[in-house]
Amino acid sequence: MAPLERFRNLCIIAHIDHGKSTLADRLLELCGAVDPREMRAQYLDSMDIERERGITIKLQSVRLEHRGHTINLIDTPGHVDFGYEVSRSLAACEGAILLVDAAQGIEAQTLANCYLALENDLEIVAALNKIDLPAADPDRYAAEIEKVLGIPADEILRISAKTGEGVEELLDAVVERIPCPTGDPDAPLQGLIFDSHFDQYRGVVSSVRVVNGTLTTGSRLRFLQAGAVHDADEVGVRLPDPTPVASLGAGEVGYLIAGIKDVGEARSGETITTAANPAPVLEGYQEPKPMVFCGIYPIDGDEFPSLREALDKLRLNDSSYTFQPESSGALGFGFRCGFLGLLHMEIIRERLEREFNLSLIATAPSVQYRVHTQAGEVLIIDNPSELPPATEVDHIEEPYLRATILTPTAYTGTLMELCQARRGDMIKIEYLSPERMELVYEMPLAEVVTDFFDQMKSRTQGYASLDYEPSEYRRSNLVKVDILLNSVPVDAFSMIVHKDKSYGYGLRMTEKLKELIPRQLFDVPIQAAIGGRIIARETVKAKRKDVLAKCYGGDISRKRKLLEKQKEGKKRMKNIGRVEVPQEAFVSALRLDD
Amino acid sequence: MTATSGVASPFGVYVHVPFCTSRCDYCAFATWTDRPHLMDAYVDAVCTDIGRSVAAGGHPEATSVFFGGGTPSLLPGASIARILAAIPMARDAEVTVECNPETVSADLLTCYVDAGVTRVSFGVQSMVDEVLLALGRRHDPASVERAVALARAAGIGRINLDLIYGGAGETVAQWRTTLDATVALGPDHVSAYALTVEAGTPLADDPARHPDDDDQADKYLLADEILGAAGFVNYEISNWARPGQECAHNLLYWSQGDYLGFGCAAHSHRHGRRWWNVRTPDRYIDLVAAGGSVEASAETLSPEVRRIEGLQLALRTGQGVPESSFSAEDLDELGPLLEPGGAGVRLTREGRLLANEVAVRLR
Repeated sequence: MAPLERFRNLCIIAHIDHGKSTLADRLLELCGAVDPREMRAQYLDSMDIERERGITIKLQSVRLEHRGHTINLIDTPGHVDFGYEVSRSLAACEGAILLVDAAQGIEAQTLANCYLALENDLEIVAALNKIDLPAADPDRYAAEIEKVLGIPADEILRISAKTGEGVEELLDAVVERIPCPTGDPDAPLQGLIFDSHFDQYRGVVSSVRVVNGTLTTGSRLRFLQAGAVHDADEVGVRLPDPTPVASLGAGEVGYLIAGIKDVGEARSGETITTAANPAPVLEGYQEPKPMVFCGIYPIDGDEFPSLREALDKLRLNDSSYTFQPESSGALGFGFRCGFLGLLHMEIIRERLEREFNLSLIATAPSVQYRVHTQAGEVLIIDNPSELPPATEVDHIEEPYLRATILTPTAYTGTLMELCQARRGDMIKIEYLSPERMELVYEMPLAEVVTDFFDQMKSRTQGYASLDYEPSEYRRSNLVKVDILLNSVPVDAFSMIVHKDKSYGYGLRMTEKLKELIPRQLFDVPIQAAIGGRIIARETVKAKRKDVLAKCYGGDISRKRKLLEKQKEGKKRMKNIGRVEVPQEAFVSALRLDD
Repeated sequence: MTATSGVASPFGVYVHVPFCTSRCDYCAFATWTDRPHLMDAYVDAVCTDIGRSVAAGGHPEATSVFFGGGTPSLLPGASIARILAAIPMARDAEVTVECNPETVSADLLTCYVDAGVTRVSFGVQSMVDEVLLALGRRHDPASVERAVALARAAGIGRINLDLIYGGAGETVAQWRTTLDATVALGPDHVSAYALTVEAGTPLADDPARHPDDDDQADKYLLADEILGAAGFVNYEISNWARPGQECAHNLLYWSQGDYLGFGCAAHSHRHGRRWWNVRTPDRYIDLVAAGGSVEASAETLSPEVRRIEGLQLALRTGQGVPESSFSAEDLDELGPLLEPGGAGVRLTREGRLLANEVAVRLR
């Protein structure tokens, strides 16, 4: 057998909770890769957050041996935020396992990734998982997969990753159906980096697919997009424990450690070659492009330097978010951050809090607007408080998405209602099967980032799934709503919204703040305004009494301490328009807005 | 009881009686309903504790003694007498016992007078049946009238009535009824407290019954109006007295005077050191029996903290504080909450309602 013929490089395409991690666990066991005594559930999940939430954003890749063949299993992130990462993982493979829950059917995201795999000429081995569940209906979902992807229903395997049923047959099918890699071992080195993570002891560890040539330990490498030169300190394969090898040949998959401190220098899609004999860049590289923005602030202002340090450090690990300092009258000093999507935003924030022990508050997510001024300039704005006065704005454009929703037919009505309320234009509606429907809408991204996903899930008992891709910028009737406290704007609550929704936003925020702003010694108006026009108003009535309790002998110390605490609290209050507001009030208002 | 003459600086003794027949659900005081069997041992322990304190010396004659609780009137009269006998007292000492109206009898009150009690403070709370019921009190307005009459007949010269306002469901009209009925009973002192939600009480867990600030403010103003018209002078935020009938014991607290507390959970203060006893009667009894200290914890105030505390306390009273205790900016902001008077400036009626807001600005 020629060296390459025994290799199979493949990825798993699966929706969150369709059993990807469990399947990986079974494969590890079946191939004898992990000592049974060291086996634990979700073995390849790399982050605590993943294991805790029971979701897998991305598994570690692993090399398995099965019946004389070497299988490199590469994962694809199962979330819409990481579409670009998916495309890089697919580029490293010749085939894919499509894993679908036999009780739920294919999900929008999985379908989108599958289409992408087909476009990349990947061979797809489809498997319906969880056939041990009473609710499993493999015949129905096999027919559905046949209809949407053209994979004959009788070729679709039926497995239970939990019990192990059919998993061996799945491995056999992988070996049989997925082609072996090709590549010219004698050509100059071309390697594709499809994942990098930061290890605190080793620096950046990159996953690499050697496309042509040979990647040799100790060789001097050029990272073509980053324009940097590094030595290949260690080249190896994951069994799944990292195991150094002398070299990786064309068609092989492994890892590379090259003394890099910042994952930004070894991004997904990066091409490596030898410094001595360089080859051209591989196609398809993109800079990560943040789509969702928010301000992140430490709840305790003293933690600002720690937050800066944490953002710097975490970026070594995930170079796809951006941050720059900003300050807010309401929240103090913080950072404006950009993320690939909402889940990405949530993960980064959670990692900052967890791994760096910070308490943070985030402003409402925003998108990037193109503001055309009267003077003919185009400003790119992702922070509503930076929007110029309405009189200087000619018009504003906002990013749109093409959103695909797969849903049981019973929920079609409520979803159409939701999409319409979110300013969506229907592009397509089609039956996938008598029970399932595909809806395609063009929709503003801003409408999706404000709890669209949660709304969709709650309206459909969790059955609908969503995928989207950026489409274009469109001119919209957008206005900025300011929230004023005693006539002074509170920057953290300024929001760019569609004109039709401005009144609702103003009403909601003023009502909410009325509950949260403590009464002062004078009446405090809370107003929502577009430019100079007030669209909603509430009043926090002047405070008339505080504690009038008894002050007996045993109460004197307590009372003094209470007053001391109140005095301390007063010092920490944010002063906006003479109104003293505890930061917690702003924090609660932002939380309620989630 | 020792009696001496001569003018000494005031010195107070507080005796805590941690027993009640039922617990009001807003109450956070150290009191128990399930330990009446401890009463005798408790009184013994208090007497022993006082005896040791006196024997250790440095125990001035008390110018005021206050039995608080709990429900001190649950103790037999003889027990009160025993405790009083253990305390060195000035000849004209003010001796107050807190009583629940339904627990007093002619015999008990006579016993008090014989033991030297000069003043009783009745926990009236309200003179409206529904309000008393809602507060979880076990007496009715008639029993208050009976108790006051009995106290007078027994020869107790000074009577205070404690009121609570702003409980859930109490109307302003009902509060007015309580105030009018209170005035009609002819006390020489009235304490009116806004119902306060204390952490850890059943009331705290029931937000639906939490008092409303504006309602309580209205009721405070009404109390000040009615009591003022009846000849009572407000001399501390929650206290009104006929001239000369102010509670000496409370004034001692508010002027940072020295006092010793006996019994569980009782607080003491001497020369800037504040300390308090163990919380439960069981612990207290055991520790006294073992001859150990009953002190649970203490704090010594720095001169600066003591100074600020003095201002905070004085601000609550009609005495007020020097004008220099506030910055010019704060004086300006506080405007109608302060007026000239007393030691410089003092709280106006509106200011008394917002005493904390004013107090946090003291410097």
